[in-house]
This record gives sequence, C-alpha cells and structure tokens, in this order.
Amino acid sequence: MSLVTPLKKARGLGSAKAGTHHFWIQRVTAVALVPLTLWVAFTVAALSDKDYATVLTYFSSPFSAAMFSLFIFTAFYHAALGLQVVIEDYVHNEGVKIGALIGIKLFLALTGATSIIAVLLAAFGN
Amino acid sequence: MAEFKLPANSIIKEGKTWPTPTGASRVKNFKIYRYDPDSGQNPRWDTFPIDLDDCAPMVLDALLKIKNEIDPTLTFRRSCREGICGSCAMNIGGSNTLACIKAIEDIPGDITISPLPHMEVVKDLVPDLTHFYAQYASIKPWMQTSTPAPQDRERLQSPEDRKKLDGLYECILCASCSTSCPSYWWNGDRYLGPAVLLQAYRWVIDSRDESTGERLDNLEDPFKLYRCHTIMNCTNTCPKGLNPAKAIGELKKMMVERLY
Repeated sequence: MSLVTPLKKARGLGSAKAGTHHFWIQRVTAVALVPLTLWVAFTVAALSDKDYATVLTYFSSPFSAAMFSLFIFTAFYHAALGLQVVIEDYVHNEGVKIGALIGIKLFLALTGATSIIAVLLAAFGN
Repeated sequence: MAEFKLPANSIIKEGKTWPTPTGASRVKNFKIYRYDPDSGQNPRWDTFPIDLDDCAPMVLDALLKIKNEIDPTLTFRRSCREGICGSCAMNIGGSNTLACIKAIEDIPGDITISPLPHMEVVKDLVPDLTHFYAQYASIKPWMQTSTPAPQDRERLQSPEDRKKLDGLYECILCASCSTSCPSYWWNGDRYLGPAVLLQAYRWVIDSRDESTGERLDNLEDPFKLYRCHTIMNCTNTCPKGLNPAKAIGELKKMMVERLY
C-alpha cells in the first residue's frame, strides 16, 4: 500500500522546462522537407535513365550537391525527432528507453553522415 | 516495453442474459460491463432487454430502470441527469459520452456500455478518477494574482477578454476526452491529458490571472504537454461539443511564441 498522496504522484518530478524546441524543429523540418523531397524526387526521376558519368556530372553542380545534402540532413534529423517521440510514447522500461533513444540517434547519425559523404564524393569526383 | 501479455481480468466473459419483458414490441438489448475487482472473477457482459415503450429516452434512464427494476447491484455514477455534473461519463456504443444526454435512439442495434477506457475499475461502470483529479489540482485551477484586489469591487474583465473563456469554461471535467486519448492511455501517469490541459489553458488566457509565465513553465514538458499528437479523439468525443485539441494547440503556440 502506498501512502503517497495523489497530488504528489500527479506532480511527479515536476516540469522538465523542455520539449518546445523539439516540437518546433520537428515542424520546421517537416515543412522544409516538402520542397526538398519534391526536388529530389523530380531530380532522381530525371536522372533515372542516364548513364553513370552523366549522373556524376550532375552532382558536380554545387547547387545540386547542396540540395541533396540538405535533403539528407533534414530527412535524417526529422526521422530522429520522430522516432524519439515513438519511443517515448511506447517504451516504458526506463533502461530500454534510454538505450533505444541513444541507439537510434547514433544509427541515424552514422547512416546520415555516410549518405552526405557519398554525395560529396560524387560532387568532388571521388 | 509495451505489455504484450494482458492481465487475466482483461478478458471479458459472457454474463447473464435477463428475460425479455413480456408483451413488449420495441425491445432494445443493453450489453453492460460488469466487474467487481474484489470478487476475484473476470468481468462479464450482462444483457438487459428493455421495453423502449416503458422507458424514458436517455441511456441514463435505461440504466436507472435496470437498477430500480431488474438488478439493483448494477453500479454507476449519476447526479444531475442534465449534462452539467459529468458524473455519468461512460463508454456508450463505442465512444465516451454522458449517459444522461445520450439518446437511446441515436444508437442503432444493441447498446454496449462499459466504463471510461483504460482506467482502473472500482466496480461495474465506476472508474477510479483519483489521478485525473490530482492532475487537475496540479495545474492550480484558481486565479493567481500579485496585484491586490480592488477595495470596492471585484476584479474587472472586459467583454472581449471574457469571450476568450467561451468554449473553455463549459468543461465539466467528465474525463470523456482524456480517457479517449491513446497518449493518455499509454502515458497517463505523466501526460496531463486533454481535459486538464484545456483547464490549464483556461487559466493561462484569463485576463485577470497574473501567473501566465509560471503556468506555462509548469506545462513545458515532453510528457505533461507534448505527448499530444493532435489525433483529435478528444474533440470528437466531447459530450459538451468543446475543442480540447485546439486549446492544447494554443498552449503549444504560446510555448513557441515565448521561445523566439
């Protein structure tokens, strides 16, 4: 039997005074992804029937390389923020939760960095 | 992790079916959730066939008829029978509402009635709302001021400022919205839920209250506020036609506004 009052339970550890930045950046990256995704989709479609050399040349344009890199950065950042919310919603074991939050961010940082470096290698001609 | 193995008492068994009233032409079956945690037995669905020609129009009328004339052990909360006290909030026909202002004829076929979802059940249709009320108390739902009250009259509010409370002050804290929210189901220990957040917003935008910043400070939390993902179950189910999702959205806007 717990003798802790309901109010103490409801107050818990108090407010973290955080979360707004996460909430706001998740929305900003979502809006930014609308034009970026459209641009990437049209570009990939346009390049789909070209040969390897032509595609490499295309990436050597600073604008194209920048747009691709921005798209990858924004998409992976947005994914990290979104997956964090999913984990916080559904994972209730504190240890597993912290592990999953750190793990997912390391994984997305690695895959995101690899993707951007691939674009830069194409841009600078290996 | 998510609990995949549900407790034994989550299985609701088929219960007793009461006899159909003789000579009735319009019979409606009320399937009602029955559970007594002290009994050690599983919850069950009891079926009560009711003669609609011998019953007043609301779902609460049928529940009272059942309790008075068929099974006096049926347990539920009710008080005002006119949608202002919030006592008889329950899940009727699959959505949370007030039994006293829900017409029987609005629900086609058999009517299922169960307690507000995902709350501990005290008995039958009575959920334990202790934590819900404590969360309400935690947002300090009273006026907080540093300026002393005028000597000769009440604190004044312009008609425009009073208008901002419309759509908020009508909330009767029946908990229909909070218990319809999956975020409240999974994280109700920390997430305040739509009803309490609507009440929090009601005090944040009250022109006479002087603790706006402290109130927002106490709400700014990944769990207390930001578990809301705007799926709108709260607004869809509110028996008073209010919009808790909008109130939460306004709170989030204020959080961003004071950040930049």
